[in-house]
Amino acid sequence: MKTYSVMIVGVGGQGTLLASRLLGNAVISEGYDVKVSEVHGMSQRGGSVITYVRYGDKVYSPIIEKGEADLILSFELLEAARYLPYLKKGGRLIVNTQQIDPMPVVTGQATYPDGVLDMLRSKADVTAVDALSLAVEAGSAKAVNVVLMGVAAQSLGIGKPVWEQVVADTVPPKFRELNLKAFDLGYAHKA
Amino acid sequence: MAKKLLLGNEAVARGLWEAGMTFASSYPGTPSTEITETLAKYDDVYSEWAPNEKVACEAAIGAAIAGARSFCGMKHVGLNVAADPLFTASYTGVNGGMIIGVADDPGMHSSQNEQDSRHYAKGAKIMMLEPADAAECRDFAKLGYALSERFDTPVLLRLTTRVAHSRGLVEEQEKEAYTLKAYQKDAKKYVMMPAYAIPKHVTVEQRILDQIAWAEDCEINRVEYHDTKIGVITAGNCYNYAREALGDGASYLKLGMVYPLPEKLIRDFAAKCDTVYVIEELDPFIEEHCRRLGLSVHGKDVFTLQGEYSQALVRKVILGEEIPFDTSDIPVPGRPPVLCSGCPHRGLFYALKQEKVAVSGDIGCYTLGALPPLESVDTCVCMGASVSALHGRNKADPSQASKSVAVIGDSTFCHSGITGLVNIAYNNSASTVIVLDNSITGMTGHQENPTTGKNIKGEPATAIDLEALAHAVGIRRVRVVDPYNLKQTRDAIHEELAVDEPSLIISRRPCALLKYVKHAPAYHIDREKCRGCKSCMRIGCPSISMKDGKAQIDFTQCAGCGVCVQMCAFDAIRQ
Repeated sequence: MKTYSVMIVGVGGQGTLLASRLLGNAVISEGYDVKVSEVHGMSQRGGSVITYVRYGDKVYSPIIEKGEADLILSFELLEAARYLPYLKKGGRLIVNTQQIDPMPVVTGQATYPDGVLDMLRSKADVTAVDALSLAVEAGSAKAVNVVLMGVAAQSLGIGKPVWEQVVADTVPPKFRELNLKAFDLGYAHKA
Repeated sequence: MAKKLLLGNEAVARGLWEAGMTFASSYPGTPSTEITETLAKYDDVYSEWAPNEKVACEAAIGAAIAGARSFCGMKHVGLNVAADPLFTASYTGVNGGMIIGVADDPGMHSSQNEQDSRHYAKGAKIMMLEPADAAECRDFAKLGYALSERFDTPVLLRLTTRVAHSRGLVEEQEKEAYTLKAYQKDAKKYVMMPAYAIPKHVTVEQRILDQIAWAEDCEINRVEYHDTKIGVITAGNCYNYAREALGDGASYLKLGMVYPLPEKLIRDFAAKCDTVYVIEELDPFIEEHCRRLGLSVHGKDVFTLQGEYSQALVRKVILGEEIPFDTSDIPVPGRPPVLCSGCPHRGLFYALKQEKVAVSGDIGCYTLGALPPLESVDTCVCMGASVSALHGRNKADPSQASKSVAVIGDSTFCHSGITGLVNIAYNNSASTVIVLDNSITGMTGHQENPTTGKNIKGEPATAIDLEALAHAVGIRRVRVVDPYNLKQTRDAIHEELAVDEPSLIISRRPCALLKYVKHAPAYHIDREKCRGCKSCMRIGCPSISMKDGKAQIDFTQCAGCGVCVQMCAFDAIRQ
């Protein structure tokens, strides 16, 4: 298979690393070569974060550049707009409608723009989801990452039992049930 | 055995362990930290966090002389700290093998400069391996010990951020049997004074020639011939970018050892290709070697000296091709990193801002105190520089001593702040140093350090008594404040700046992200009472934003620290 490129973007602390690990483990179980590139350190402190997951028969580069992502999974609305240039023409964008003010907005130097979702819809194949509500429904606001992975999993061509196994194996045992529920809610989400 | 998806750093640790390594000493530093964190999970390996990279490197030298296969790990700037032992360990050589892991950070994801560690290999005359992905991280770590023992030298293992922090498939192998080599007293080998070091230098120069001969036909310097119109000489992750961008439309010389570099191998490759590009991030290290061989190559004439490379960059520079993409029609405000909700540094920086002092800063999460809205930090150079530079500043202009402080984290203070404090006491400057004691090494992701009372495995350990230490070096004025208490903190700073002698303030409150820290219930805004004055926004808390002209607090993020409550004149913030 030709290399498939997924970008997972969000705000430091939202759990993008776990999502990338779930996707990485799911594609290995399908026998693909895979590379996952993570961001650690300074960039994690509430800043804009990016993780790249690339899989296929043979993967060389671990990163994704502008115009190359087949799918962007954005954990926050503004971050979807920020990384839109990375999406391949005609690529797919799954976006959590949650809005988190960046510091320049908090301090009044900038405003959180209106109309982001409409703008995104005019440029890409967009699936919008209120993942925060679904995560709270699953039992914790922190499960936003697993909800979103559930939404993405609908179209990645990997069977649901594989995903459930990967979620169960990857998260700590005491949060297993909560995360499986979060995954289910995302997987059942209708665009 | 099964293939696992390992981080480059985890794969290095796996390789070290598979080679029978039993001693590791490191100081945390992004992007190198996870190597040693992973080693700490192996029960049959002794691992530790050392106070700094010099100590770690020297400990690893000692372990290698004792006959163990040893390791020390650090980020690129850490190698500056370890450079002193590095240059002479090159002369002594080893007994058991020794690997020094160093992780460069092109693009400065989490660093204060973009230095290229390959110059250290050349400077110290120590061979340097550079893997391109997780599988090679494991392989090169193992190979490193064989080379170290064969050539009687420490070996540098260089990573870059994208290799250290990228996951790839690694097939795990069994651990090799390695027994401690016998130590034999040998002053001519291990005592480096002029009479013994002079002949050793001869040995080192011969060793480089032997290593060049090895480099000419070793497996890790690999040639891949496809179309020979374009030839690419490269190493590390740049190989992946080139391979992705150019595919079989180019031929490749992938160098697994970046110092010393082969000569015949490079000449032969260049002779078979029409146009040769050297693709390497940061400095023209391989390119200059090619030029010294008299070869005509493209390198930094077409590629940048700055930042990370990518397949897109290679495609654009060599093929002149760019992939089209859409952009946002809406301006997107930036999202810089911030101090977390409940971060104990916030209260301290706000108090410093109120006091209008110049702040000599240091390396850690608290460097973020330089950003709006706190904007409290004036300088940041390197680990420990806050303390020593404050002293220099105050001696040069004593009139400013009552308006200047240094801030330094607990781990950074142990790393290289203590010697600066000794200088302040010994040479008597009226300097005020503030240790931000959050009981952990925060920036790199929560590592224990000599002040926390725990070792790398989380077991009880001796903790430095900071107050006693300050007294012992000759600082008479030492006090502790809680940075969640703005008035107490501000008063302490004000009083210590007013006295004409050295003082140390310990701003003590554990990092809000530590698992054992119990948070008070989240606060909320009483919308009836809130006048929308934005006073609470001045502390730059990511949990607070404005909605419809009034403040609001995100209950999912608020850590209940109560600093914002002290900002509100209208009693509008309630628990």
